[in-house]
Amino acid sequence: MKLDRYWTAIRLIVLVVLAVPGLGIAQQSATSYRVVTDERLKEPEAENWLFYRGTYNGWGYSPLEQINSENVGSLVPVWAFSTGVNGGHEAVPIVNDGIMFVTTPGNQVIAIDARTGDLLWLYQHELAEDAIAYHYTNRGVALYGDKVFTATLDAKVVALDATSGEVVWDASVADNASGYYMTLAPLTAEGKVMVGVSGGELGIRGFVVALDTETGEEVWRAHTIPASGEPGNETWPGDSWRTGGAAVWLTGHYDPDLGLTYWGTGNPGPWMGDARPGDNLYTNSVIALDIETGELVGHHQYHWNGSWDWDEVSTPLLIDVEREGRVFPALVHPGRNGYLWLLERSADEISFVDAWPYVRQDVFTSIDPESGRPSYDEQKKPGIGFRAPFCPSLWGGKDWPPAAYNPRTELLYIPVNENLCGSILGREIEYEPGRSFTGAESQMTVWPGAEHIGELQAWDMSTGEEVWTREFESPNWGPVLTTAGNLVFMGGTTDRNFRAFDARTGDQLWEHRTNSGIIGVPSTYMIDGVQYIAVQSGWGVDAASMTRRINRDLGTETFVPEGGVIWVFALQN
Amino acid sequence: MTEVDGPETATSMNRRKAVKTFVGLGLASALTDCAPASQSSAGEMPGPPPAQGPQLQPEPEVAPSLDEHEHPADGDVLVFALGARKGEVVTPDDVPLHGPQIFVYAGDTDGAHGASASRLDQIALLRLDPLNLSEETAVHAADGIVAYSAMCTHEGCDVSDWSSERRRLICPCHDSEFDPTDNGQVTEGPARRRLAALPLKLVDGQLVVAGGFTGRVGFRNP
Repeated sequence: MKLDRYWTAIRLIVLVVLAVPGLGIAQQSATSYRVVTDERLKEPEAENWLFYRGTYNGWGYSPLEQINSENVGSLVPVWAFSTGVNGGHEAVPIVNDGIMFVTTPGNQVIAIDARTGDLLWLYQHELAEDAIAYHYTNRGVALYGDKVFTATLDAKVVALDATSGEVVWDASVADNASGYYMTLAPLTAEGKVMVGVSGGELGIRGFVVALDTETGEEVWRAHTIPASGEPGNETWPGDSWRTGGAAVWLTGHYDPDLGLTYWGTGNPGPWMGDARPGDNLYTNSVIALDIETGELVGHHQYHWNGSWDWDEVSTPLLIDVEREGRVFPALVHPGRNGYLWLLERSADEISFVDAWPYVRQDVFTSIDPESGRPSYDEQKKPGIGFRAPFCPSLWGGKDWPPAAYNPRTELLYIPVNENLCGSILGREIEYEPGRSFTGAESQMTVWPGAEHIGELQAWDMSTGEEVWTREFESPNWGPVLTTAGNLVFMGGTTDRNFRAFDARTGDQLWEHRTNSGIIGVPSTYMIDGVQYIAVQSGWGVDAASMTRRINRDLGTETFVPEGGVIWVFALQN
Repeated sequence: MTEVDGPETATSMNRRKAVKTFVGLGLASALTDCAPASQSSAGEMPGPPPAQGPQLQPEPEVAPSLDEHEHPADGDVLVFALGARKGEVVTPDDVPLHGPQIFVYAGDTDGAHGASASRLDQIALLRLDPLNLSEETAVHAADGIVAYSAMCTHEGCDVSDWSSERRRLICPCHDSEFDPTDNGQVTEGPARRRLAALPLKLVDGQLVVAGGFTGRVGFRNP
């Protein structure tokens, strides 16, 4: 750290000298970096993609329209960059003024000239060879000030200097040996970098932590499971709350007007609800945390006493929705549990508005119209020694790949898997730190006679109408990007294609076959008046597991080669 | 001993100097040079390992060192890695025929070991019918008891599941399957390398390690 302070001091001296007027040195040199401020994060320039979903409301939407539904047919690759590793490449390419930042499995952070594809710097985090991480992936960096932040598989947050790639600070936020690891892209706002944690299958107790962006010191920590004596703890028997899961492994969204961050929480541990009778708050919920204090201000639990591995970690999108002549600020969540949830957000609570299935779902017998609480078909609820079948499968109607919202079409685009069901058989299990604590064995099957599995669904949340749907024979693990050019971009299929669709009609307008299956989150940016679309192609993690289980069930031999490549496309000129 | 990748050659260092590369040090758990460094280049085999000496040397009664990464080694006993009997020595009677696997660590005969062992050293132990073992497997088995590295060669999860119908060690993370009757070879799923075997023998009815792992343990990516 002493050496860091020395170099920081040198850098400050250099910057002061350069800033003195009259020396004739250009302010905006080729190596100067435009610091990322709260103002920029709240209203990002259209030319940049400054964080995971583009904007704090989680829309995955770009106002850029140079590439549009008229000309996307002439989109061509302009450069590609091998990441040098295998495994599932989920990270979004982040771009700030022509500098692209990408993370990979195994915790590399790579800085690349976003126009040419030239390497600027590469950071390789040193992971212990016995680090615990059930999902060997990473979803991207966050930017703030002059730093780049990444969360690592050994439960650290690392802050890098955006220009040089040197480590400025790193902070360990949990004990990896007890099963805590991280795969999410952090969230930055108001001088804080915030991360959740993975490890729900290992009996962790989930949390969201906020660190000071300058120093890495902890500002607040919000557990997702209340401790003894705290409200909500009574929904857990005995000490089961200590190992209750409720992991937070996707990036939160932020409402600056309300000063609230929203996070999705995962399922309880162990997997079988009868091991821990009760609602198990705040598992499988959306929670609202005050950004300054981390105080839990509101929540909505999508389904209580979870028993299907339906992590509801996807963060709902912040959208204004109109219902019965009233426009209200909503939270919209395509649930892993196969229902599409419409909630209302306010300063002190999250309330239920409506929910309906978007895939075949045979577990819920009804939804309470006031509270949104589902009732269950007990024959569809697995337990210890009780194998129960249910639809959708444990991977749900939609897993982690994010949906997107386009304010011009006013449509929500959801990457879906339909026609998949499963079963789980539970068993007794004792907790051991760092060991699997699911206490369950799962299976997955394809609905007999089904002709497709993957879907891209477009929904009007105000009318509750499914406006169009594209179907794919392949399963679909493609995160969605949508733009003002009337386009929806998505990969996600085993044929290794990256596709563009007309945002209004769903017609496919373009596709390009890549090196591997695309589970990366796409982004778009503009440099010197040229718009680019960027996405990582690199199959792995659960997309690959699902494909193998489909092969086993259907006797097919679908094979998707692994290996990460960053692809960048632009219009052929 | 665990197979070790060779040291970095001059060529690989020069390649790396062409770009700025920063390796974060973090708080990596202490690894001796028995465990390959994560930065080694693939494909730079150092040549044959140093001579081990004549095979007829008598086995030492006690493992040569208490350093946890000298284990597993010839002469070690096996102790339960978890559960109610954690740390206790495993006897042949503790290993049920036809699985499931028991997770153990190797340690010296006075029992000192186990608590701080790395998952790199964790062993999956199970008993099979000796008639079902391939020739290669039978060489390192003791009365049908076989031992393999418990760390999946795909992405490092504990290989904790078992199919008694198919006789397969299964990794719950991504469904890789390994055949314990055929030297730990991969039979399903994304793993590309077999599980390294740990040779066993019986000495006066006691289950004893007969040598180090027979292959690479864990995974590389990068």
